[in-house]
Amino acid sequence: MAEADRRPLVAGPDGGAFGAVLGRAIWAVRAYCFIAAMWVRSTMAYRTSFAIMLAANFATTALDFAAIMIMFGQVDALGGFTLPEVAFLYGTSAVAFGLSDLLLGSAERVGRRVRDGTMDVLLTRPVPVLSQLAADRFALRRLGRIVQGSLVLGWAVSRLELEWTAGRVALLASMVLCGTVIFGCVFVVGGAFQFWAQDASEVQNAFTYGGTTLLQYPPTVFGRELVRGVTFVVPLAFVNWLPALRVLGRDDPLGLPDGLDLAAPAVALLCCAVAGAAWRAGLRSYRSTGS
Amino acid sequence: MHLLRLHFAVALSGFRRYATYRVATAAGVFTNTVFGFILAYTFLALWHERPHLGGYDQSQALTFVWTGQALLAAAALMGGGFQDEFQERIRNGDVAIDLYRPVDLQTWWLAADLGRALFQLLGRGVLPLALGSLVFDLALPASPGTWLCFLAAVLLAIVVSFAVRYLFALCGFWLLDATGLGALSGLLSVFFSGMLLPLSVFPGGFGDTARLLPWSAMLQVPADVLLGTHPGGAAAGLAFQAGWAVVLLAAGRLLQAVATRKVVVQGG
Repeated sequence: MAEADRRPLVAGPDGGAFGAVLGRAIWAVRAYCFIAAMWVRSTMAYRTSFAIMLAANFATTALDFAAIMIMFGQVDALGGFTLPEVAFLYGTSAVAFGLSDLLLGSAERVGRRVRDGTMDVLLTRPVPVLSQLAADRFALRRLGRIVQGSLVLGWAVSRLELEWTAGRVALLASMVLCGTVIFGCVFVVGGAFQFWAQDASEVQNAFTYGGTTLLQYPPTVFGRELVRGVTFVVPLAFVNWLPALRVLGRDDPLGLPDGLDLAAPAVALLCCAVAGAAWRAGLRSYRSTGS
Repeated sequence: MHLLRLHFAVALSGFRRYATYRVATAAGVFTNTVFGFILAYTFLALWHERPHLGGYDQSQALTFVWTGQALLAAAALMGGGFQDEFQERIRNGDVAIDLYRPVDLQTWWLAADLGRALFQLLGRGVLPLALGSLVFDLALPASPGTWLCFLAAVLLAIVVSFAVRYLFALCGFWLLDATGLGALSGLLSVFFSGMLLPLSVFPGGFGDTARLLPWSAMLQVPADVLLGTHPGGAAAGLAFQAGWAVVLLAAGRLLQAVATRKVVVQGG
């Protein structure tokens, strides 16, 4: 209760509206951390099971990369990209998706909670619903994908004969950060969508798992319409394709205006605004099943 | 006769149970189709570089992709189906109820899983394959005989998939929490069924070994039967699948006999 009491419900006489928003954001993150820490403690009660799941998580994505290695055993280039270049795309996509999956992946359980009625419980607690949902069953095993992706990314960086200028390093860091935010927004929008279409949670997989698979391959492999779609409709191209093409010194297949490859932070912010609006709309439309 | 009717009823209810969730089915079709497109484009790029890789031409490779998407749910290539439910019943002890039913445990779950698979073949398999054939140039056979062989191969693929998942789930009697093993079984089947990449593309001895494992009976063999590319012909492919089905179902019975002797029903 002591923690909940510190939650600033309304702006005090001395804080402004901004202070209230900031306070609520800090509380949402703190609450997320409390719940996540609780799930980590509970996971660690079964250490063997956790170790197996972590290894399985690592191996699942490692086999994805093994398939790419087998492909490159047969060819020297795929869509004009060499193995280190594809590994660079793979690594950035896997790390960004892995981080967002770790932080927000549990939000895909909205449909199930609506169906079985446990959504109501979340609404009665003095913690933002999104914090509770995203931290629910916080799965530390998802580190497996992040570690695997990082290893591939490290290998790619060491094999790419690029000069790592400050600009390139900054671009790489921003790719991972903005990519995590963009994928996180896809998870939140997907969760909001499930308030309406409870059984359709699998549609989300097409954009999350499908998205990360798509981004592991060079954009030149895919049809122009598909590339256009993931640039302008679901802006996944900003996770790694557009910035990576700049890092690798390649032209983008759509011939987009110069500078758009640096727009990832702005796109990530825009995604946050859309995801926030979608989430609030979804939550407002929620009607308890009453059973 | 009575037992046959009973198993038919179980299979039918398995079918109806999955048929109830129409929106979920539509969502599954959508996701399978999206993944089909992604994989089809990567295969196009790969076969553009190396025509006739793995003995397939470009349209055969694309057919392989869409066959994989069609069988993904039916043959439970990523695991799941009855497996999660059975594992949970072993973990929480409900399996004791299953054991005092006057029906065999293995055939009961096989019937239920066949019902599920049949629905998912119709509900989630046909449409992605049809959509794929509209957009891409697929090498689908014209002869009804090949399609009949393919259907037989799909049925055997589902049975082999069941037998493998049954063995993994039975390990729950010893491990109690078989979630990790479930994940292992899923990733083995995704990789060694040919879902990520046809096994005929795998290099040398590794590829040859992979083609002998039971997982190859789940996608590689049915796809080869459909494409008419199985070494030794369709009959050899079906025989390979049937062989693994018999061996694995027998192993399942054996392990089940040992496992059920371990069950202790606590009173109260």
